[in-house]
Amino acid sequence: MNQFLIFVKKEWLHIWRDRRTLFILIWMPVVQILLYGFALTNEVKNAKIAIFDQSKDEATTAITNEISASRYFNLIKNVHSYKDIEATFREGKIRLAVVFPLGFRNDLLHTNHAQIQLIADATDPNTANMLTNYATAIINNYQQSITQNEKLPYTIKTQVRMLYNPELKGAYSFVPGVMALVLMLVCAMMTSISIVREKEIGTMEVILVSPLKPFRIIIAKTIPYLLVSMLNIASILLLSVFVLDVPIVGSLGLLIAESILFTVTSLSVGILISNTAKTQQTAQFTSLMSLFLPTLLFSGFLFPIENMPIPLQVISNIVPAKWYYIIIKSIMIKGLGFTAIWKETLILVGMTVILLSISIKNFKIRLS
Amino acid sequence: MQNEKVITAKELTKRFGSFTAVDKISFDVKKGEIFGFLGANGAGKTTAMRMLCGLSLPTSGAATVAGFDVYEQNELIKKNIGYMSQKFSLYEDLTIRENIKLYAGIYGLTDERIKEKTTMLLKDLHMEGEEKTLVRALPLGWKQKLAFSIAIVHDPAIVFLDEPTGGVDPITRREFWTLIYEASAKGITVFVTTHYMDEAEYCNRVSIMVDGRIDALDSPANLMKNHSAKSMDDVFLQLARKAVRKE
Repeated sequence: MNQFLIFVKKEWLHIWRDRRTLFILIWMPVVQILLYGFALTNEVKNAKIAIFDQSKDEATTAITNEISASRYFNLIKNVHSYKDIEATFREGKIRLAVVFPLGFRNDLLHTNHAQIQLIADATDPNTANMLTNYATAIINNYQQSITQNEKLPYTIKTQVRMLYNPELKGAYSFVPGVMALVLMLVCAMMTSISIVREKEIGTMEVILVSPLKPFRIIIAKTIPYLLVSMLNIASILLLSVFVLDVPIVGSLGLLIAESILFTVTSLSVGILISNTAKTQQTAQFTSLMSLFLPTLLFSGFLFPIENMPIPLQVISNIVPAKWYYIIIKSIMIKGLGFTAIWKETLILVGMTVILLSISIKNFKIRLS
Repeated sequence: MQNEKVITAKELTKRFGSFTAVDKISFDVKKGEIFGFLGANGAGKTTAMRMLCGLSLPTSGAATVAGFDVYEQNELIKKNIGYMSQKFSLYEDLTIRENIKLYAGIYGLTDERIKEKTTMLLKDLHMEGEEKTLVRALPLGWKQKLAFSIAIVHDPAIVFLDEPTGGVDPITRREFWTLIYEASAKGITVFVTTHYMDEAEYCNRVSIMVDGRIDALDSPANLMKNHSAKSMDDVFLQLARKAVRKE
């Protein structure tokens, strides 16, 4: 057998024999996708609310019915005073309270001007915003339904279309995010650990004295992790299509090609880390600090980059995951072709070439 | 044949910045010889050995290993030497057979030859039937002997042993030296660094490094005579005491 293949096989045996790590490598993406998919969703469903209805007329009953019928809200309490509302908020039982003033329908019919108060728990500002928006939308609907028989002199109606993700599903943005995260972690962390392990146990020295070329040693060490990452991509995509109903709109081939590119980027980062780290713990810690957090923060999948201060926006540009995230979103969700993402691809290729040449140059051929 | 020189070093020097780790050392090693390379920690023996193995380029001086130049013919040197480091150098999560296959394969042995070698090696070490045992499960002495046998699995001209018997009990060390003698009898030159002075007496010739220089080089018997010492321990202490530089 070819020397190179023998080395790849040995590397594979290391992974295969370490069942616990292999188990984690294969199930981590699955668990992450399911977690993000079902537990960490930022959509609001069945938010608990209370209603303080002081007029109890036809109109308020209709609006109350609309609100409690919506999937966003779950009416759990009818309160009878402002004091009561505050107490319920304090107990943490509700996120939103709707207050109808006395004589709501009268005001509406006779003065053409009625008011509803929405009180939201803003300790979580995003949720508070979303809930008030949903409630306002329901109330506006009601208003339109009662005015549609009358002719108004001027009306402007907005028509909203949510492009690419009509149901506003969170999964559309975190599936590409989890892909970036998993690939970065598996490839960079595992390669760096496996290279440093050989330095630690002393086998690297023996291998370097052998006729195997250092460049080939490195490549051989990364190939098994490349395969594991391919498996991870497959499991993430299958889960997202069949469990989370996130379709792959664009070309699957392009998606896979770009993922392989990003995998190679991550592998080079791993090699780079292994050049500086002396122990496996250092390698692991460096990988986590320099990859996990930046990928989480700066890829744009949890927090929009446009909202960050300028210095952080600049920093985000050197995080490979940011570009991969843009690419995957474009292909998977928007269905765009290569012409739309060539710039991002070029950036990733550039980063890979730079990282790879630095790390291979620094890989200590002569250990001293 | 017996006087064929397999290692020659002439004024071989290695500097790290202003620090001279190895200072103009010159010596020859003959084919089949067991050459002991002694010195206190920090005397420069590991650095010297690394230059000969192609792990580190000399700053100046000349050296050939197995007839090849250390500056120009690095790759050829690598093919013709074996190496066993002071750290244990087998893969613990691979079986005995897998370790043999890996190292033999890296040195380009054919599948057929690997099979032959595996059988022979297991027989020599009395480890028949253990080929599927993970190296992790072996006692340290066995591991060390296995590591040595694997270091010479490709029949190299020279095998470099960097403190191979660290942490091993005296009986196993004796057994280990039996293996070294067998290798030497087959014509493999053994270049060994060690801390143990009883081991130094097993060598054909011994060089003692002090502060980066070779201060003495002769057979153990001659060294003891010339330094009017009763043991190699005495010789070593007399020389090492002159050391100026600390570790």
